[in-house]
Amino acid sequence: MQFGIFTVGDVTTDPTTGRTPTEQERIKATVAIAKKAEEVGLDVFATGEHHNPPFVAPANPTVLLAHLAAVTERIVLTTSTTLITTNDPVRLAEDYAYLQHLADGRIDLMMGRGNTGPVYPWFGKDIRDGIPLAIENYALLHKLWREDVVNWQGKYRTPLQGFTSTPRPLDGVPPFVWHGSIRSPEIAEQAAYYGDGFFSNHIFWPASHAKQMVQLYRRRFEHYGHGSADQAIVGLGGQVFIRPNSQDAIREFRPYFDNAPVYGHGPSLEDMMAQTPLLAGSPQQVIEATLGYRDYVGDYQRQLWLMDHAGLPLKTVLEQLDILGEQVVPVLRKEFAALKPAHVPDAPTHASLVANAGGGHDATVYAAADDVTGGSPDESRTPAATNGDRR
Amino acid sequence: MTTRIAVITAGITDPSSTRLLADRLTESVVRALGGHDVAVDLIEVREVAHDVTNNVLTGFASPELQERLDAIVAADALIVSTPIYSASYSGLFKMLIDVLPKDALRGKPVLLGATGGTARHSLAIDHALRPLFAYLGALVAPVAVFAASEDWGSIEAGRLGSRIDRAGADFVRIVAGAPAPRATDPFEDITPFEALLADASRA
Repeated sequence: MQFGIFTVGDVTTDPTTGRTPTEQERIKATVAIAKKAEEVGLDVFATGEHHNPPFVAPANPTVLLAHLAAVTERIVLTTSTTLITTNDPVRLAEDYAYLQHLADGRIDLMMGRGNTGPVYPWFGKDIRDGIPLAIENYALLHKLWREDVVNWQGKYRTPLQGFTSTPRPLDGVPPFVWHGSIRSPEIAEQAAYYGDGFFSNHIFWPASHAKQMVQLYRRRFEHYGHGSADQAIVGLGGQVFIRPNSQDAIREFRPYFDNAPVYGHGPSLEDMMAQTPLLAGSPQQVIEATLGYRDYVGDYQRQLWLMDHAGLPLKTVLEQLDILGEQVVPVLRKEFAALKPAHVPDAPTHASLVANAGGGHDATVYAAADDVTGGSPDESRTPAATNGDRR
Repeated sequence: MTTRIAVITAGITDPSSTRLLADRLTESVVRALGGHDVAVDLIEVREVAHDVTNNVLTGFASPELQERLDAIVAADALIVSTPIYSASYSGLFKMLIDVLPKDALRGKPVLLGATGGTARHSLAIDHALRPLFAYLGALVAPVAVFAASEDWGSIEAGRLGSRIDRAGADFVRIVAGAPAPRATDPFEDITPFEALLADASRA
């Protein structure tokens, strides 16, 4: 089981001080938070992608993740989410494969459609095409990482003739992909079809949404022959605020909750805690609640928490990560491991994917001729000049 | 088989003439259904006013509101009764309609009722309520009932009773002839991936 944090990079006024961080402060804080996550023993750091204020999550997460790869040693770097709708799948294939090389495989990524309506037209897209875009773009991305030379035609981008996405995936093994969706059965179906992971946001909405989507994904994962339903790869979000004493947690978190993006000025903190997985409480309460998720989604592989939302100052976020790393995650690690049956796999990592592929190999596509303008290897390759991955 | 009727009433006082009209319309419909087994779910919007606001803000219903939304979705027929404010249905009434699941009222027989301080508001049913339910794809009954203040306490009250009876009798003919289509469950009736892929790339 992997434990980690995910951020959406919101630049939100701290309601207790009235102070709003600058973009640079928020960006540097994000780096500090990621480094702290590794320091306290978490396994995963995920960043969102944003193109509009009040967010400074990177427009291209690979920019931030490449930096983090250089300043961390061990933590898996991923996204929450990478927009599969408005990004060109060719750029995604190239950027994430490059990141995979830089980070020595210490990355994966999560696909999301994005729920900010105005973003779509900025990239020449229409939100009403959200699902078809996610389906077509990912089909192309999947192919670009698995076939050295791609001829392709679709509805949403220019056709490709004899195209090779470079660099080729590290060791000939594409990054593991999760698909995130709150309520769209089509995305659970997509994740199941490919045997990819499915991530349920699991915050802001009732747990019944997560349960319904995960059940569908598991059922269809088995249908498509990737293993039994309980072997499907599931990730969950969560949002917690932890203090040794639960009353203190609630008192300190309330002003942030009351003014937060998404749910602020709506239901009370108590209603939201009763109706969704949101929890302000003691370490023991967080442990019990998190173990309880397993009751409705089954044994799962990845737990990510949102810890730096709603204007919480960096100092508080770092304290929260200390509590998480010292008092919550070690207990959860032990408890979840004891509960998990042997046939349920862990979350795939680069090492496990390489092992499943029967070992890694260099997948470089060498273009034999014209190394100045980069003529297509489709035309120029010779058997001796290529050892690309064709699995 | 039981005929399930959901009744939405958006009056805010107690007692409320909007609720009174809802009750009278319901009685009339139940009577006109004769021997049928009828189950009525009454939804007082006021009781879930905060929940409806929260649903608009958060995108999900509280358990109390969800129970009421489920009753509306499951109903074979719907009776609505709203006060007319500023020439239209009340804002609270519209917010409840706004948080119904997509297509919840498609093909569902709906009987319209409204109340107002004066009969001069009576066309609000046709200018405001009818287009709303037409947009939602409901089978809206041609005969609707508007009850103005003067209808309740005068000789007109008798006519109100006969208008209610006529509306109920006509509505039952629609209900009997057009059972509401069953909602499909998008988590059960899924589109297989190959079909999604083929649809996505259809130029």
